[in-house]
Amino acid sequence: MKILIQNGRIVDPASGRDEPGDVAIAAGRIVALGTVSPDFHPNRTLDASGLVVAPGLVDLAARLREPGHEHEGMLESEMAAAVAGGVTSLVCPPDTDPVLDEPGLVEMLKFRARNLNLAHLYPLGALTRNLGGDTLTEMAELTEAGCVGFSQAESACRDTLVLHRALQYAATFGYTVWLRANDAWLGNGVAAKGPLATRLGLSGVPVIAETIALNTIFELVRDTGARVHLCRLSSAAGIELVRRAKAEKLPISCDVSVNHLHLIDVDIGYFNAAMRLTPPLRQQRDRDAIRAALGDGTIDALVSDHTPVDADAKNLPFAEAEPGATGLELLLGLALKWGEESGATLPATLATITQRPVAVLGAALGSLGASAGRLVEGGVADLCLFDPASRWTVQPQALRSQGKHTPFSGYELPGRVRATLVAGQLAYEAERAEAR
Amino acid sequence: MLSKRNPQLNAQGELIHLLSIEGLPRAVLTQILDTAGSFLSVNEREVKKVPLLRGKSVFNLFFENSTRTRTTFEIAAKRLSADVINLDIARSSTAKGESLLDTIANLSAMHADMFVVRHSESGAPYLIAQHCAPHVHVVNAGDGRHAHPTQGLLDMYTIRHYKRDFTGLTVAIVGDIVHSRVARSDIHALTTLGVPEIRAVGPKTLVPGDLREMGVRVCHDMAEGIRGADVIIMLRLQNERMSGAMLPSAGEFFKNYGLTPEKLALAKPDAIVMHPGPINRGVEIHSAVADGAQSVILPQVTFGIAVRMAVMSIIAGNNA
Repeated sequence: MKILIQNGRIVDPASGRDEPGDVAIAAGRIVALGTVSPDFHPNRTLDASGLVVAPGLVDLAARLREPGHEHEGMLESEMAAAVAGGVTSLVCPPDTDPVLDEPGLVEMLKFRARNLNLAHLYPLGALTRNLGGDTLTEMAELTEAGCVGFSQAESACRDTLVLHRALQYAATFGYTVWLRANDAWLGNGVAAKGPLATRLGLSGVPVIAETIALNTIFELVRDTGARVHLCRLSSAAGIELVRRAKAEKLPISCDVSVNHLHLIDVDIGYFNAAMRLTPPLRQQRDRDAIRAALGDGTIDALVSDHTPVDADAKNLPFAEAEPGATGLELLLGLALKWGEESGATLPATLATITQRPVAVLGAALGSLGASAGRLVEGGVADLCLFDPASRWTVQPQALRSQGKHTPFSGYELPGRVRATLVAGQLAYEAERAEAR
Repeated sequence: MLSKRNPQLNAQGELIHLLSIEGLPRAVLTQILDTAGSFLSVNEREVKKVPLLRGKSVFNLFFENSTRTRTTFEIAAKRLSADVINLDIARSSTAKGESLLDTIANLSAMHADMFVVRHSESGAPYLIAQHCAPHVHVVNAGDGRHAHPTQGLLDMYTIRHYKRDFTGLTVAIVGDIVHSRVARSDIHALTTLGVPEIRAVGPKTLVPGDLREMGVRVCHDMAEGIRGADVIIMLRLQNERMSGAMLPSAGEFFKNYGLTPEKLALAKPDAIVMHPGPINRGVEIHSAVADGAQSVILPQVTFGIAVRMAVMSIIAGNNA
């Protein structure tokens, strides 16, 4: 299959390229970028006039719900949601049921994903068996099966001795450990501690739940030299600690979710369970710090934190409702919205969901490392074509994800995805991307 | 997407549910208190009934046990001539695994006109109000730590009965404020009615500093908290909080924050002592105070019936 994309605005944050041009794709790879020889005879031509031709998006946190939570999401539905959102590579956390602590499970997941031929899937393995925080998993075996790192997902490792050893062991082989900074005891509430939680009578998670955990992790990193990726920061104080740790050259990186980039605790309103998220939404000053830190690079990547939740689990009193929101199809729009509001250039905005998450993954990407999240001749053709001028309204029932719950229902977002190519195949196509 | 409008008011600003005192205009609170005053005489008659809710079905849905509150709602509804159905959900449907909204859908199909809801989770009555049929009214009879609006209103009725005017008062609320839905409802009501000084008194584990954001003065010293007060509202200390990480013991709590005749002497001579009940003698309040001349704990209970009659009759008369 040869595809020619014509008259697009080619934007590649990694190389700094931002210019009009054409892209030629053959045998799954980009064979020409910018100017395409007239000798190239495509099977399909896509008219990209008015569209941005960007690298496929890379999402470091998307729950696909398989295995174990198929009533909330299936690989088919969630991978279809990914490509509809322009996402061509995604990392899934290990908190499935059973958890991803056995190589066989990881191989099965990778196999199922490969057969669907939609986005590339990079699972995180469980750091400890059953995420129990007691016994290390077979990290080398899991890496061979396709894991790109090891994580405790939302189950905090209560035992510092186990966490210390897990980091020592991971550091031995150069594996990255993905941790959410949340103290197991202080971090149990359902909303951020503050005036809103006090007024509504919701149990609050104090900022120190995040900062105490961060300080512990940093000490363990200093001692072990392990590389740690911090998932979903939520507070201004936490970001300040990360900033200092980075200045100290600790081998750390971090991400933040689209939810925390745009929302605050006040959005909970009258107990709106769509705002029941992990970590809980914090205050205005925390959101301001998150937005600034994503801009200045203290925060490495923006993630969707995609978590499909079914209606039965959401239509409950706030504290009993399952945390999480659908996000894969909103990642691009919410990133662009932040870019517009903060004055970031289009390439800088796209970098937070392409080049920068790829840098977090680093060598774990293997053969795709040279081309994921960027546009290079000879590289794997993962592309996202979107219309930067079009605006669309988030309608939960129109989402492809099985998860319909989103805090952004009714929001108008910029940037409609017109086509997504994964390894040179059209994985998603809205009608208007067709050449006429 | 949820509407931003206060879900307890209709487009005309009339009360259709009572979910929380927060966000209710002063006029609505005053209307309820005035109406309660007119019902007080009904309770003293030979025939204690008025026909305002005749033919209406009031369902008492208690997802959390509370004999006392349920009984006062039942009496209030019956004195308004409603048919009252008590459902002890804590021991029936949810124990069989039925979801909250399925329970509500089933009861709505039985043509309920009003749900009186007690639930252990903050916000549960909001969920019910959003999902029940438009003609059904919801009264929050206590949800988690969030609100207990009828208790707040009966406290306001009691204060107005004894003090007449709210605008010169100092009110001290003492004890476990952080876990108390009564305290939250009282604070919102007192603020709305114009009380200039509201003090929250207790140790830092039970009275955290961020309560200041609700417009109260936080006092960790009992003497400072009740000195010169016109009204002292003592809160019940739940058994499970009497020892543990919140407090070392009930005895030590009483020593520091229990209301004794000596401490009461620091308040104004005509100060009244209130308590939502049931009281723990010797834990938050000394028997000599609970049974003393300044205690209005039993009148609170009497006023509570009239206030609940007022709330039910007002919301039943307003359409969504």
